[in-house]
Order: sequence, then structure tokens, then C-alpha cells
Amino acid sequence: MLKVLFGSQMLAHAFLGGGLVGLVAGIVGYFLVLRAQAFAAEAFTDIGFAGATGAALLGVASLAGMLAFSLLAAAGLGILGDRARGRDVEIGMVLSFALGLGVLFLGLYSRSSATHAMSGINILFGSIMTINSTDILLATACCATALGVLALVHRPLLFASIDPAGAEARGVPMRALSVAFLAIVALTTAVCVLLVGILLSASLLIAPAAAAVNFTNRPARAVALSALMAVAITWLGLVLAFYGAVRPLPAGFYIATLAASTYAVSLVFRKFQGGRI
Amino acid sequence: MSLEAENPVFLREVRIGFAGRVIQEEMTFAIENGEFIAVLGPNGAGKTTLLKLLLGLVRPEAGEVWVFGRKPRRGNPAIGYAPQFRTLDTNFGVRARDLVGFGLDGHRFGPGFPSRKRRELIDRVIEEVGAAGYAEAPVGELSGGERQKLSLAQVLISNPGLVLLDEPLANLDMAAAREIIGLVGRLRVSRRVAVMLVTHDINPLLPHIDRVLYLANGRSAIGAPQSVITRETLSSLYNHPVDVVEAMGKKFVLGVET
Ligand SMILES: Nc1ncnc2c1ncn2[C@@H]1O[C@H](COP(=O)(O)OP(=O)(O)OP(=O)(O)O)[C@@H](O)[C@H]1O
Ligand SMILES: [Mg+2]
Repeated sequence: MLKVLFGSQMLAHAFLGGGLVGLVAGIVGYFLVLRAQAFAAEAFTDIGFAGATGAALLGVASLAGMLAFSLLAAAGLGILGDRARGRDVEIGMVLSFALGLGVLFLGLYSRSSATHAMSGINILFGSIMTINSTDILLATACCATALGVLALVHRPLLFASIDPAGAEARGVPMRALSVAFLAIVALTTAVCVLLVGILLSASLLIAPAAAAVNFTNRPARAVALSALMAVAITWLGLVLAFYGAVRPLPAGFYIATLAASTYAVSLVFRKFQGGRI
Repeated sequence: MSLEAENPVFLREVRIGFAGRVIQEEMTFAIENGEFIAVLGPNGAGKTTLLKLLLGLVRPEAGEVWVFGRKPRRGNPAIGYAPQFRTLDTNFGVRARDLVGFGLDGHRFGPGFPSRKRRELIDRVIEEVGAAGYAEAPVGELSGGERQKLSLAQVLISNPGLVLLDEPLANLDMAAAREIIGLVGRLRVSRRVAVMLVTHDINPLLPHIDRVLYLANGRSAIGAPQSVITRETLSSLYNHPVDVVEAMGKKFVLGVET
């Protein structure tokens, strides 16, 4: 059915995968922005990069490698402390170490053959055009898990993110929550990397959410708006990549540009409307 | 269990400290239902730590602590607590009513859906503290006094029997401070809650409170203002001469910082 709608299996997969990732990135991104953890999201994409290249070197699925590395990092960051905001120094260390590892793995891997060099590029820029049904299945499982856990913890997470002292006194388990959230971020960045690559994942995670909170002050509306915009940006990016230019440009370029423009528009909106949608 | 142990707060021979450093010792007192207590003392005397003890966030090094006849435990629904420092450093994303809603179900796990009943509960308590005018405003735009009222609403919405307010008057001007104090004074009568309010200035509270709990120098004294805020009691607490003068119906403690 989808094949008929989109004309090709490849396109169907791209839209399906893209929609899925946009949805989850938009929702999880809201909490990232609220907790001022955009930098952590950036770090997780780099960790995912190391995981994916490591997995390629070992000959296993890149998603598996990304998940292994980023879940490990989530646990590590969680053990370091339950402070919700910031943690720039620790994250910066982990980030540069992960990038270094990724570069090493990528170097070793792409040197071995030309096809390998190509898959290396896919990891950097995403492989939405070559996504297959196994990837979709895996990505769906990751997204469902991330959203499922988020649905269970969203109220304490919101409380702990906005009013940590009040939340702690009400018995919200701050550290467990912090680890759970980082695990959700790990799952989300892993599927984002699959779609748009490490270089552009952060833009999909952060920009729609950051724009949404400029448009509205209501948490529920902001989450919905962020998800909506992230999906729209992804799909529009795909459409432009397929049909837009004479010479096909990568979807990631369009997605990043659309994301940045949305944020720019939201800034203007906030200046004049004060976030009241 | 004695009758006293059923009180909102009952402490016997309690010592609190960190890593061998004693903050307070020999704390023995009971607070009764509906009582309004002002907690005074210099910086670092252990006022915040005492509240955290009741919340189960700090353990006593010695002695017994009872809160409504039970051991302190985290997330005790019988206690409403407004922390000294609320870091609401998000200037976007939440409205005043969202902040109040946290007091109702912010700690609950599970999906949770908005309902009319939830909205009405929030509206009612916002009305009660007189914050209806800015219920929909983003928290980042509110003044210190307005935030304190919301803080109070967040605390009251869960119907606690004991309310702990840690320096709710800090950074407020006299008019705003009086408004908050009057509000707390009325609410503790209408809701019959016991209140412990930490402050550095006793004067605006004098017409409203039942007793003063004064912490200083590792020890404490509790009683009516006119028997605690005296030269004798405070000098023996601080272990050096302190004077209390009264002028224009106000008490001034000389010789120490409060
Ligand atoms: N978690 C902790 N670990 C070690 N020491 C602590 C801890 N919490 C508080 N203290 C110490 O206990 C003492 C009492 O602190 P507390 O915050 O209770 O003071 P306070 O009376 O509330 O002061 P203020 O008026 O400044 O708020 C201080 O010396 C503080 O440094
Ligand atoms: Mg204090």
C-alpha cells in the first residue's frame, strides 16, 4: 500500500522512518530544552558515532553499536550525579573521547574497502535513502520504548526539571529519573543518527523543541507542537531532497536548514507575541 | 507511643550534624495541630536542615523524630514544603497554574490526563491565595511576591497537615511580606494546618504566631515570643551577652546577627 502511495519502497521507508524519528525527537527534545541539556544531546550523537563505527568494524548492525555505547554513557552520566542542568565539563570530556574513538574506528573501517568508505559517510550524514525494513523495525522498537518510558515518567520529569527543590521534597527520585531520561535520550539519538547522521541529529532534537517553547507557554501544547514541527520538517526535507533541486542534495541539509529557519521564526514570534499560543 | 508523638512534629533529644560536625543537639519539642511557629536563627544555625529532617531528606544522628506519629519519610503527603531556594530558572515553558499543579500530581508516575476536577482544584487554591490574576502568566514574568503566593498554593493543594515555609519573606518588601504573613495566618486557621515559617525578621510575624523556635550556636529554645526573645534566653543560647530592645512595638536583637 505504502509502495503505491510513494511510488517506491525506498521512498516509503524514508517517509516512515523519517516521521517516526521526527515524532520522537520532537517530544524528547522538549525535555532536553527544558532541562538545558542540549549539550548532552550533542554528546550522545558523538557517542552514537563511536558506537556505529565500532559496530561497522565488528560487522554488526550500527544501531546495536550506537545503543550499546550511548546506554553505557547514560548510565555513566547518571552515576556521576543527579543534577539536572548543565554538567558541561563531564559531558565535554565524554564527547571528545567518543569523537576520537569514532574517528579511529571510521579510519580503520573505511580504509579496508570502497563500500566501507561509503557506509562511513552514511554514519556521518545519515542513510535515510537507503534505510531498509529491518532498520525501520529496529527504529520503531527504539522509539516505542523511548516514548513508553517517557509516558510513565513525564510528570515527575517535568516537576524535577522545572522545580528540583520542590520535586525532591515531594519524594521524586531525582537520580533514577535523571538516568531514565538519559536512557531515553540515548535511544532517541541512536535513531536520529540512523536517519540524519551524527552531524545533523542535534538540530532535529533541539530546534523544533526550542522553537515550540517560544510559541507557547503550555507544556502539553509545546510538546505537541514540537513533535508536529519535527515531523513536518523531516518530511518536507525529504520531499525537497527527492523532488526539489535539479541536482539532488542530501535530505540532512534541507532538514537542518528548515529546523534553523523554524527556530528563527519562533524568535521573531516570541518578541512580538510573548509565547502565547 | 505517647500522645505527644501523634503531634505534627515531635522531637526528643535530637542531634543533627554532618560528618562529625554538630549542627544542632538536644532538640526536644512538640508542635501541635494548627500551631503557627516562627523559626529564627543566624545563617547556618540549622533552620533549613531542621525542615529537611522532618521531610526525611536528612537523618538525625541521635534522638527520635516523629511526624504525625510516624518516622519521617521522603515524599510524605502530610507535609507541604516551600524550599528556601526554588530555582525556577526557566523563563518559558510553564505557567503559574502548571507550577501549582505540580503540588497535586507532579510526583506521580504514569500517563496522567488533564481533567476538569484537576483544573478546578488548581483554580480553587489559586483563588485561595489570591493569585487568580496571573494564573495563566508564564512563571518567568512574575514578581517575587507573586511567586511566593504560587509557592504557597503549590504547597496547599495537596492538603497537608503541616506546612514548612523556608524564608518565604526573603527579598520581599514590607507590604508584600505582610500580605504573605496575613495569608498564612488566615489559611492556618481556615485549614487548621500547623505552620513552621523560617524568617530573619520576627516583627511582622509577632501578631500572628503562637511560638518562636530559636536556633543558635548548636542549641535551641522554643516558647512564646516574649519569653524566648529576651536578653536572658538569647544570651544563654549564644553563650555571650545579647541585648533585646523594644521600640515602637518591635523587638530588636543587639549584639548578634539574626
Ligand atoms: N548536606 C550537607 N552536608 C554538610 N553540611 C551541611 C549540609 N547541609 C547543611 N550543612 C551545614 O549545616 C549548617 C546549617 O545549614 P542550614 O542550611 O540548615 O542553615 P540555615 O539555618 O538554614 O541558614 P540560612 O539562614 O543561611 O538559610 C551549615 O553550616 C551548613 O553548611
Ligand atoms: Mg536556610
